[in-house]
This record gives sequence, C-alpha cells and structure tokens, in this order.
Amino acid sequence: MSAPAARAAALERYEAVIGIEVHCQVRTASKMFCACAVPPPDAAPNTHTCPVCLALPGTLPTINRAAVEHVLTTGLAIGASVPPATRWDRKNYFYPDLPKGYQISQYDLPLAANGSLTVETSEGPVTIGITRAHLEEDTAKLIHAAAPDGRRVSLVDFNRAGVPLMEIVTEPDVRSAEQARRYAEELRLLLRAIDVSDAEMENGQLRVEANVSLRPRGTGPFGTRVEVKNMNSIRAVERAIDFEIERQAAALDGGEPLRQETRGWDDAAGATYVMRVKESSDDYRYFPEPDLPPLVIDAAWLAALRAALPELPAARRARYRALGLPAYDAAVLVNDEGMRVAFEAILAAGPGLPPKEVANLVTGDYGRALNETAERTASGLAGRADAASLAHVLGEVVAGRLSRANAKEVVAEHVVGGRPAAAVIAERGFAQISDADAVGRIVDAVLAANPAAVADVRAGRSQALGFLVGQAMKASRGQANAAVVQAAVRERLGRGGDG
Amino acid sequence: MGTLSRADVAHVAHLARLGLREEELARLEGELNHILDQYAILARLATDAIPPTAQTIALENILREDVARPSLPVDVALGNAPDRQGDHLVVPAILGGDGGGG
Ligand SMILES: [Zn+2]
Repeated sequence: MSAPAARAAALERYEAVIGIEVHCQVRTASKMFCACAVPPPDAAPNTHTCPVCLALPGTLPTINRAAVEHVLTTGLAIGASVPPATRWDRKNYFYPDLPKGYQISQYDLPLAANGSLTVETSEGPVTIGITRAHLEEDTAKLIHAAAPDGRRVSLVDFNRAGVPLMEIVTEPDVRSAEQARRYAEELRLLLRAIDVSDAEMENGQLRVEANVSLRPRGTGPFGTRVEVKNMNSIRAVERAIDFEIERQAAALDGGEPLRQETRGWDDAAGATYVMRVKESSDDYRYFPEPDLPPLVIDAAWLAALRAALPELPAARRARYRALGLPAYDAAVLVNDEGMRVAFEAILAAGPGLPPKEVANLVTGDYGRALNETAERTASGLAGRADAASLAHVLGEVVAGRLSRANAKEVVAEHVVGGRPAAAVIAERGFAQISDADAVGRIVDAVLAANPAAVADVRAGRSQALGFLVGQAMKASRGQANAAVVQAAVRERLGRGGDG
Repeated sequence: MGTLSRADVAHVAHLARLGLREEELARLEGELNHILDQYAILARLATDAIPPTAQTIALENILREDVARPSLPVDVALGNAPDRQGDHLVVPAILGGDGGGG
C-alpha cells in the first residue's frame, strides 16, 4: 500500500488526537530577566551574557515589560482571557542548558488562557482551542562534540539563555496533519501581523511540537501520547505527524504497546526516532518563584494594548472577501506583507479601481517586480514604486487606453527607476489600439505573412491560432488590445468561440 | 507524618542528579521525614482564612523597560569555567536526552 493509502486506511479505524505546543521568541531588544541584548542568530558564542543569565550567586531577575506585553497582545489576538493577577514559577531540572538548575516559567497562572484560532482547511474551517499562552526564558544552546582527547562532550553557548520565550499550547483539538500545518501557518501569520515575533522557523524563533495519540474511532479515552519535536519547517510538521499516525496505527494493529515518550523528527530519513522517555510534570517540582513580585494586569493596561492591535489576518481576509476578492486572492494578499501593503496603497490611491483588478496587478506584474528587488520604499513598496503611479497604470488599463502587455512593461520600469508611470507611458508611446479597423489591418498583415499557420488553423490545429494572435501582438509592439486581436483573427479564419 | 519512602528519596536524588550510596539514602530518608514531621505541626494550624502567598514583600508590577546594556566580555563570562574549547564552555556529554525544558 502507498503511504497515503496506508494512512487513509489507518484513519478509518483510528482517530488522531493532536495537541500543538509552540515556542516563540518574542521580539525584544533585551533578554527576559536581564539587560543583555538578544543576540542575532550569527553572534559569536558566549558574547551575550551577564551575572543574571549565567546564574551567578546573588543575582536577581527583573521582568522585561515588552515581553509581557507581547504575550498579553497575543492573548488579546486569540480571544483569550487574562487573569487579574499572575505570577512566575520555577520549573526544576538539571541539564547543562539550564544555568540556574531551574527555568523561570508560569505554571498555573499563565498570562493568557482559553483562546482559540480558526483555520481554513480542505474540509472547511476548523476552530482550535488554545489552552494557554505563557512566558518563560529560553535555555542555553548545546553542541554535542568530541574533545581533543576523544571524550564526548557538550559545548555550551549561553547567548540564548534567558531570551524571552512565549509558549502557546492548544487543546487536543487537532485531528489531522493538515490541520496541524494550517494551525502553525495561521499562528505564524498572526504573530507577525501583531508584530510580536519574526517567527522564522529556520532560525528557531518558532518551534513547533506536537503531542500525537490515536484512539479507535467512536471511543472516548485518549491513547498513549507521543511528543514529536525537531520539526524545523511547516512542511516538516505535516510530514512528521503523518508519519507518527501511521507508526502508531501499525503498532496498535500489531498489538504492540506504545510508550509515552519524546520522539525527534529526522527530515532526511522522513521518520521519527526515540529521544527520551518523558518525565512527568511532578518531576519538574514546580513552585512559585520567590524572587519575582506578582504581576497585576489592570483594565487600563489591557485596554491600551487592545487599542494598539492592528487588523488581524482573519478580519483582513473577510474584508477583502467583502471587496469582492475570491478566497484564494484574499489569502495570498494577507499572507504576503509586501503584496498586502501594495494592495492597500493602490486602493487608497485609486479608490475607484475594481479591487479584483488591483489584486491581479499586485499578485501578477507587481508581485514579479517585488520578487526581483530587495529594495523597498519608506512605505514598503517594491523598488522605487509609488502607489499613485501603480494606480495610474491600472486606471489606464481599465479605461482601455493601455494594453495589459504594455502595462507589465510600465510597471517593471516604474518599480526599478521610480519615474512616474504617466511619463513612462508617454515616452514609450504606449497607447492601446482597440479600434477594430486598426487592429484588423495589423491582423491582415500577419495572416498574409504566415500562410502555413493560416493553413494549420483551417485544418483544425488550433494551437496555430495562438501563434497568430501572438504575432499580431508583437507586430503592434504589445499595444493592440489582445481581446480585439483574438476576435479579429477568429473572424477572418472563420472560427468561432472554440480553440 | 513521615511518609517519604526510600524509593521517593532515591527518585528525588535522581532528579537532582545526586549519586547517593545506600547508607546515605537511609540517613536522608530519616532526615527528610523528620523535616516533614515539623511541617505536620504547621499543618495543624487553621489557615483557611489566610490566602496563599509566595511573597514576603508587598511589591507588585516591578517591570524593567526593554533596553539592552552591554554584556560581559567572553573571557570574563568564561573566567570560572573549568574547561573551555574556543569560546564555548565544555561539560561532559550527558546521555539520554535534551533536558526537559523549552
Ligand atoms: Zn544577561
């Protein structure tokens, strides 16, 4: 059986029950409990430490306000409730990545609780409950290596120790790898939209873990839960969970007991492997952190953060749909900040333009130009573009005065050089030829020059039709109205709407 | 009270990564249970009307503005390291996992 077929068969008998844990580095200048700068990904080892994040005796932590506000903002964006008072707890374990021997985290009073996120899937919208979002400190980074004498050692870099980390935990509401992937994508989009994190998975700013278990369909109790880690891309999340569903189904079918364990995802092998048997929550011996005062979050503080929230991705998609955009276009624009900025700016500069036309320009000709240059204007447009010029180009197209082929050239030239689109159009002599007689003369000349293609069309080979239309467009230097050219060619060769 | 078993003591010692001999486990079982007995005396007090607290000083919302300041030079940071390789601190490889954190 193929992998998808095996999975489909497994999912007829078993239901997957999945919870997702995301760790996200919130964007701050300094660390969570000390004033060390948050190191850039390429910082030299152990260059961003101080007595506090090295856990030297006699030091005390102090709370970074911006980190707290990022978590509160996230809570507001997922509709979570915020406790009137919260505190910090110590999570105790011994490992060389943890200088204090405990991690300052939040146990039973997280900064946000009971939120949700709705994602679009191939089976329609799915709402995933979010149990909690809390704040904690990141650990040091370990590199496993060999010492010069051959001993196996770990190399410790404390740069990351104490960097603020938000943990976001869902309810076990996720039922498939696709839903898990969509949740990770939507959460990443949201975290970027509310500007609390860059959320790049490749450099560890967003780490996704999944708790996966299976239960026979129609039964209540959860099966043995396996935690899957090391999924370093959105695609890895989907592949790893699919793999784990199949692995667990095969084990259950074979009467093999599953262990509660942590497994890592090996992307190259396309498989998970055992990392360790999981310690229970009791083993972390959580207790309240006596070194930090409690946090009281009053209504005024929350109201100020709520007022600063931008339009959220879901609301934005709904607004674009209301403007008449198809769901696909709305999603493309909302997912790409560069395109979204251009869409909004062009609509503002040309309020009369049909939104669907603006979306087509932005995702088409403009999107291409956007990808070809890393340069951005102060307002976030590609190269040296300005919204008024882009709106002008589209206005000319919509009015029938500029061909789409010429519009593409004008956009490309305007983005690179920044000259006003009207000047480019005038200088290049672009004026769309829509007049049927004028187009007819061009088409007649092309037909006369290409007797073989004409014969092909007459013999029923309709690809030749496209060739002749292309030749006529070329002969007009792209200025002919493509629709009028098509009609003229068809009319002359006696072919109606087919081909 | 005295409810800690030898196995409990061994488990806690393992979590603290302490290697204890049998006689040490036996001695600590007695000492820890003795400490718990003292708490049993406290537990007899009526505390229903007293809210739990983890704090002894009446402070709240002490927050630091998000401003970075210079860190230690790497040689100072690693000044007490028993072993270093380049600018990394070296520790013995720990078998069996990646810690519990994250
Ligand atoms: Zn520090």
